[in-house]
Amino acid sequence: MLKRLKIGSWVAIAAIGAMLGGANKAAAVEIEYWQYFFEARVNAMEQLIEQFEEQNPDITVKMTHFPYADYRTKVAAAVPAGQGPDVVQLFYGWLNDYIDANLIQPLPTDVFPPEEIEAEFFPMVKAMRQDDAYYALPTAVRSLALFWNKRLFEEAGLDPNQPPRTLEELVDYAEKLTKRDGAGNLTQVGLTMGMTAQDHNWWREVLIRQFGGVPYSEDYTTVAYDDEAGLEALEFYTDLITEHGVSQIGFMDEPQAAFKASRAGMHIDGSFRIGALEETRGLEWGVGELPANAEGLRSNYASYWVNAIATKAEGEKYDAAVKFMEFITSPEAMQLWLEVVGELPARPEVGMTEANAGDPVYGPFIRALDYAHATVFANETDQRQEMINMIDRIVLEDMAPKESLEQAAAAEQAILDQYNK
Amino acid sequence: MNAALPALQMRSIRPGRIIAWTLLLMGGIAMVMPLAFMVSTSLKFPHEVYNLSLIPEEPTLENYTYVLEDGRFYKWFVNSLVIATIVTISNVFFDSLVGYTLCKYRFRGRYLIFIAILSTLMIPTEMLVIPWYIMSKNLGWLDSYWGIMFPGMMTAFGTFLMKQFFETVPDDFLDAARIDGLNEFQIWWSIAMPLVTPALSALAIFVFLGNWTAFIWPLIVTTNYDLYTLPVGLTTFSVEQQVEWELIMTGAALATIPTLLVFLFFQRFIIRGVVLAGLKG
Amino acid sequence: MAGWFQSLTIAQRRVVWAWGFLALPIIFYVGIRFYPTFEAFWLSFYDWNLLGERQWTGLSNYATLLQDPEFWKVFKNTFIYLIIGTPTSLVIAFVVAYYLDQVRFMHGFIRALYFLPFLTTAVAMAWVWRWFYQPVPIGVFNNALASFGLPQQPFLRSTTQALPAILAPAVWAGLGFQIIIFLAGLRAIPETYYEAARIDGVSRLTVLWEITLPLLKPTIVFLVVFSSIGFLRIFDQVFNMTTNDPGGPLNSTKPLVLLIYDTAFNSFDMGYATAQTVVLFTVLLIISVVQLYILRSR
Repeated sequence: MLKRLKIGSWVAIAAIGAMLGGANKAAAVEIEYWQYFFEARVNAMEQLIEQFEEQNPDITVKMTHFPYADYRTKVAAAVPAGQGPDVVQLFYGWLNDYIDANLIQPLPTDVFPPEEIEAEFFPMVKAMRQDDAYYALPTAVRSLALFWNKRLFEEAGLDPNQPPRTLEELVDYAEKLTKRDGAGNLTQVGLTMGMTAQDHNWWREVLIRQFGGVPYSEDYTTVAYDDEAGLEALEFYTDLITEHGVSQIGFMDEPQAAFKASRAGMHIDGSFRIGALEETRGLEWGVGELPANAEGLRSNYASYWVNAIATKAEGEKYDAAVKFMEFITSPEAMQLWLEVVGELPARPEVGMTEANAGDPVYGPFIRALDYAHATVFANETDQRQEMINMIDRIVLEDMAPKESLEQAAAAEQAILDQYNK
Repeated sequence: MNAALPALQMRSIRPGRIIAWTLLLMGGIAMVMPLAFMVSTSLKFPHEVYNLSLIPEEPTLENYTYVLEDGRFYKWFVNSLVIATIVTISNVFFDSLVGYTLCKYRFRGRYLIFIAILSTLMIPTEMLVIPWYIMSKNLGWLDSYWGIMFPGMMTAFGTFLMKQFFETVPDDFLDAARIDGLNEFQIWWSIAMPLVTPALSALAIFVFLGNWTAFIWPLIVTTNYDLYTLPVGLTTFSVEQQVEWELIMTGAALATIPTLLVFLFFQRFIIRGVVLAGLKG
Repeated sequence: MAGWFQSLTIAQRRVVWAWGFLALPIIFYVGIRFYPTFEAFWLSFYDWNLLGERQWTGLSNYATLLQDPEFWKVFKNTFIYLIIGTPTSLVIAFVVAYYLDQVRFMHGFIRALYFLPFLTTAVAMAWVWRWFYQPVPIGVFNNALASFGLPQQPFLRSTTQALPAILAPAVWAGLGFQIIIFLAGLRAIPETYYEAARIDGVSRLTVLWEITLPLLKPTIVFLVVFSSIGFLRIFDQVFNMTTNDPGGPLNSTKPLVLLIYDTAFNSFDMGYATAQTVVLFTVLLIISVVQLYILRSR
């Protein structure tokens, strides 16, 4: 009997061994995901990966992250050497660069049909479409809003809970909030300004439209602001500095520095600024939708970081990558992202819930997503540089706005042509 | 202490000397003002960072505890230390060997080799980074100490510096040693090298510093956070649209300490100067 | 082998020793420096953006370069950095080293003060200097000017002042390096020369001009060539002081290396970037050879 038991147990052990061995043989596919380091995002992504791996036991996701400042350099160096991720995060404005450099491949249209995406995501995501397929999708988006310093509002005799609602009020409030010292130097600006921050987006997608024009053609291949409307929008912007004297480029080094130091009455910035402002001691701030023009027209600029599948992913890894992409762009993932990272969801079904759209801090940003545009950049850095130069020519070299506008338009058109040839 | 002008040094203190000394001191203090601000910012809370006062209203060690409690900081520190030390030793050895050879031997192709080595100074490292990366990947050097170190093991800078200083070593000494029966290596090691200790000290300081602050290459060749060198690790304190300056200043302040110690250690050798050469006459 | 060595003349044996010393270093330089450099140079004849195909374009990258107004502006900037930077820093460094050499009281302390800036990280210092240049009421420099009743200066916000404003921290950071090298060079001068001068009762200025400076020549040569290369290759200060508007305002501070970096890591245009590098290399080579020729020992 002992012998039979022994044999029995050997068989059992062998059977268990075979089962375990068999399970191991269906070896886990490992895919690599790269993103830049931002604590909240890394946390959120870790949670998402955990959930994903539970639902897909045959896939493991290895996440690697880099300091933001170095992210592009790392990707640029790794990919030609055959290294790099299977799913990669990139700023939507870099899409063209990445496609040109053959770093990413289109998302399969059976899993990600373009019509479905256009129905389910906010309109600005359209920028990720090229020809008949989408190359990347966001989990979260950001938009712009007007921040203001409540204490400084009170000091200037303004209602601390009421931001300016129109452009005219914006100028008026800014004038009241500007302070100078005895020698005429600015010690407090009414509105922070500088194309190096978010102003170039404000100007392009909001101001130009509010003055009756459009920044680019529908497909973003032709510059369209070199006209009356564009000139008016430009002069509105530069007049704030040269005529109304409510601001100065480079004041306190960076616009957000001025606002954090309570030396600025108002500040236009993206939703990513919320975390930092909440941590700034002694700063009482409010946030509201960007001012409308006299006819009540509102517009906004939305930007987002997207995830895409790298060209390196093939076969099993490709399939795993597709599943992963599906997961991280699902509504549940977006809700988690909103709660953990504080970034706005890319799907209206998640964003436009009462709770989310009515939130005092996130509400203004979310409501703006409905009418926001995302500029399809050919090269975001270079195009932004043209905006910076356009203003510098006027402010530093006394050039006439019309001439500077024409130069900027020509320069930007050259950039677009180079990429769209 | 250089006895450059012994006859003109009187025991009594001349007003000219006092003025010179005072100006030098004031100049020195002006030189370190930016550093004072760096330290001062590292002691501030984030909301005070932008008022750029020298003395913080609410000084805090919070930034230091934050940075030092981050276990990775120690790893980065040690990485930088080990790498900088090894590369420095390599340079002190090889650069002086090559500099000496190019200076004290006559052979065909000598000048060409010198110019060739010098020309390597003219390529910005930024352009070599990608070929190096591909090379490292093929040879399995990624994510390793060697991978970080190999491009800097010998430098044209060091070679050039040592060559210039070996020019000041009189050939007679070397010939005398040859007559005494020493071989060429011994001559270099025991006769020539001791005569250029000020230059060697300077070389050690600069190579150490250069590798301590090296950024682009260590960034590219490592993906593993544990292997980051200090400057690369410090960039984790900057995120999109937001740079945490008080933390960067803290990291920078902490990073200055070892370099300061290295400097203080080696500068004594520069003081001692070239005594023997003068005496033997 | 040993027999062959014995059969050489003494002079020939020395040459063998020399090549023996140079063997490993030559392998190193060829493998680590020259081969990648040629690879990079070869790339300048192609159109390549990292992963796509490399397309042969011959000299078209260079043709584009010569017609690019931004390139010429950058070229001019780079030379301005050199022409102002090298003499200024060398003169200041020598004056400081010369007097510091004679100081006995607190010599070590003062020397450390001058060297400290060299030990700092460029990122941190760039930020501090940016704030120094701010307008009143924050900026230290403008505050000082205001207290003397002098008008405020825009510094970094001016297309004419920005370049010198960025050069200042570059010179400031490198001063310690040059002072130490000068000190080492001064210390290397044997006392016998000065003793002879003392016996002859020569004036201090003559000693400086006839003895010190000529004997310092190898040091001076080294510093001139090395500093020139350094200023022509300036990058860290510009990059860190103009992060949001690189090389600005309006390209007034952009040096060649920043242009290369931008082309390579922003536009991913490797062929064009390497063409720019070739130009930089050629300029550096010519200037160094010219300097070495002019300053060579007679």
